[in-house]
Amino acid sequence: MSGVLPPHDPYAAGEVASPAKATDVALGGGSTAPVGVDWSPDALLIEHRSTWKEVWIRFRRDKFAVGGLVVVILLILMAIFAPWLAPHDPTVQYDEGLTMQGMPVGSSSQFWLGTDTLGRDLLSRLIYGARVSLVIGVLANGFALVLGVIFGLTAGYFRGWIETLLMRMTDVMMAFPIYLFAIALVSVLKPSLWILVLVIGIVYWTPMTRVIHGEVLSIREKEFVDAARLTGCTNARLLYRHILPHLVAPVIVYISLGIATTILFESTLSYIGLGVQPPTPSWGQMISEGQPYYLSAPHLVIYPGLMIMITVLAFNLVGDGLRDAFDPQQRRR
Amino acid sequence: MNAVDAVRPADGRGDTLVTVDDLAVHFPITSGIVFRHKIGAVRAVDGLSFTVKRGETLGLVGESGCGKSTTGRAILQLIRPTTGRVLYEGADLAHLRGGALRRQRRRMQMIFQDPYASLNSRMTVADIVGEPLLVHRMLDRSGRRDRVRELLQTVGINPNTLNRYPHEFSGGQRQRIGIARALAVEPNFIVCDEPISALDVSIRAQIINLLQELQRDFGLTYLFIAHDLSVVRHISDRVAVMYLGRIVELAENAVLYGEPMHPYTQALLSAVPIPDPEAEEHRRAVVLQGDVPSPADPPPGCHFHTRCPAMQEGHCDLESPALKEVRPGHFAACHLINAGDYPRIRAGENDLAVVAGSPAEGGAVAAVSDVASEELEMGSSE
Repeated sequence: MSGVLPPHDPYAAGEVASPAKATDVALGGGSTAPVGVDWSPDALLIEHRSTWKEVWIRFRRDKFAVGGLVVVILLILMAIFAPWLAPHDPTVQYDEGLTMQGMPVGSSSQFWLGTDTLGRDLLSRLIYGARVSLVIGVLANGFALVLGVIFGLTAGYFRGWIETLLMRMTDVMMAFPIYLFAIALVSVLKPSLWILVLVIGIVYWTPMTRVIHGEVLSIREKEFVDAARLTGCTNARLLYRHILPHLVAPVIVYISLGIATTILFESTLSYIGLGVQPPTPSWGQMISEGQPYYLSAPHLVIYPGLMIMITVLAFNLVGDGLRDAFDPQQRRR
Repeated sequence: MNAVDAVRPADGRGDTLVTVDDLAVHFPITSGIVFRHKIGAVRAVDGLSFTVKRGETLGLVGESGCGKSTTGRAILQLIRPTTGRVLYEGADLAHLRGGALRRQRRRMQMIFQDPYASLNSRMTVADIVGEPLLVHRMLDRSGRRDRVRELLQTVGINPNTLNRYPHEFSGGQRQRIGIARALAVEPNFIVCDEPISALDVSIRAQIINLLQELQRDFGLTYLFIAHDLSVVRHISDRVAVMYLGRIVELAENAVLYGEPMHPYTQALLSAVPIPDPEAEEHRRAVVLQGDVPSPADPPPGCHFHTRCPAMQEGHCDLESPALKEVRPGHFAACHLINAGDYPRIRAGENDLAVVAGSPAEGGAVAAVSDVASEELEMGSSE
């Protein structure tokens, strides 16, 4: 703790009042006989703030996290307003988008980032592609999170036969080769965006359950959980107030990585034709389509690759910042 | 003995508040992945019976791993007893479930060993101390806030700090917050599970004094679990000594420290250092041979016979001694104690010797612990 103190530093007032053991005296640790002790210094009094407000105050101190959040918001806006932002229709094949030899053209005043192998505008396809990637990245992880929290919490908190049942079930799921499993599911069901969300959610549910189960096992043995049980908390309150808040950090870290993995997973499925069906654009699918031309038309691979990288990086930065912001001990950093 | 004894309120004191009857906690050792089956049990607590009287402090001492903390937790039903009963004002807690148990929890609380682990780091002090009031629907929002301020003041924490988080406090202050939480529901009975062993030596006396003040002001009954003999001596009215899941001796404070009868208690007390260099030079601790046996595989007969200098073969290693009243109010579990006569354990030059002598010789052990206790009292008067 050096340099400028944050505005509500709890020890600042005490240090001014009495430099020696200021914290002990100020916070009231020294005396065993509180009778007659003057608690008047209101400097120690801080206003009550809601948890979310606290989190936001801590979050906005992290410049990288705020930067990541800005990028994420821009990406979301881009996905929502794609029809207004895109200069062309992403599915229309323009005659002037191909050279006489049938090769994609580079950037021009008409096609800012050039065209793809079928003469479609690359920039418009990138903008529309954000829809698929974000929907899959966020929803599939959200789906996996909900399943993971329900299964992991139940198994870890209640133990017993229900834990055995749920965790062995998870093990069985994990024993499946995930790509094979996803391919099997997608080929049985008709491929669409929502089926993809479902499939990816189901595939990523198992490691999430494992992570949460492990965390709950360690948290439930902490003394503060015993203390809460002794005060008469119900199971629901114990789970919500005492165990869930301690899951935030590991879960957010896992999700910020998971979103990246999921976007890439969608690319893989699209690559083998089981992802989003053409002509709907997705970044992964664009890379796979452009891959054979990467020597003659590298922009087909580079731009969607850059988009995936920026998105993944932004989510990771936000995840990092959130993890720190949820930890009250980060307050004075 | 100490000042607290003299001023403790007399009303209702002496009748039984908590009765522990043949309490046992066995943790199963299991094997197998899908189908778990029991292959053994750790007998952490193995048949305890004692009572706690209203208004008293019962000290519970013993080595690490002897089952002290498990006993405290089993009494409060944090760990469900394998067998046995825990009666609180005559009502059995071991069979209570759900809401009935939660209502009963208002009467008994616990102060934990580790002040860094026992407070939820994501909750403010106001939420931590106010939570018992909230879950028992005791006061409305503003009433709770006033009560939290009052409680913090009672334990010596500035009530203006109520919107702060636990990490902003020192270990001693956190322990005070934990005490405030325990007091919130106005309990009668508090299990103190090594409440000072995680604290700095300089803070210990403050917390001990606070506990004594609170006992006097609110008429509390304590079960005080510790491994520090001099602290237990300072705060307790009666003391129970545990070894490997069983109580070996239980007596009034002065009696137990003055004339310990059980060989284990004698060895334990002889190990207390004396803060006087000259006396310390002549002190001879009884060094017990070997280690405490594993509670997963306790020895047959008396649990202590494998290390007892006075062990009699064919008797101690076969039959388990019952905890019986050897003198009025003085309980011991040893085959060799008969009608007030007991084996006297002495430290020899290189080995152990059992000296059959007059009771006066037992005084040496008593002198040892007297001095040790004075140290604490001096410390606490600062």
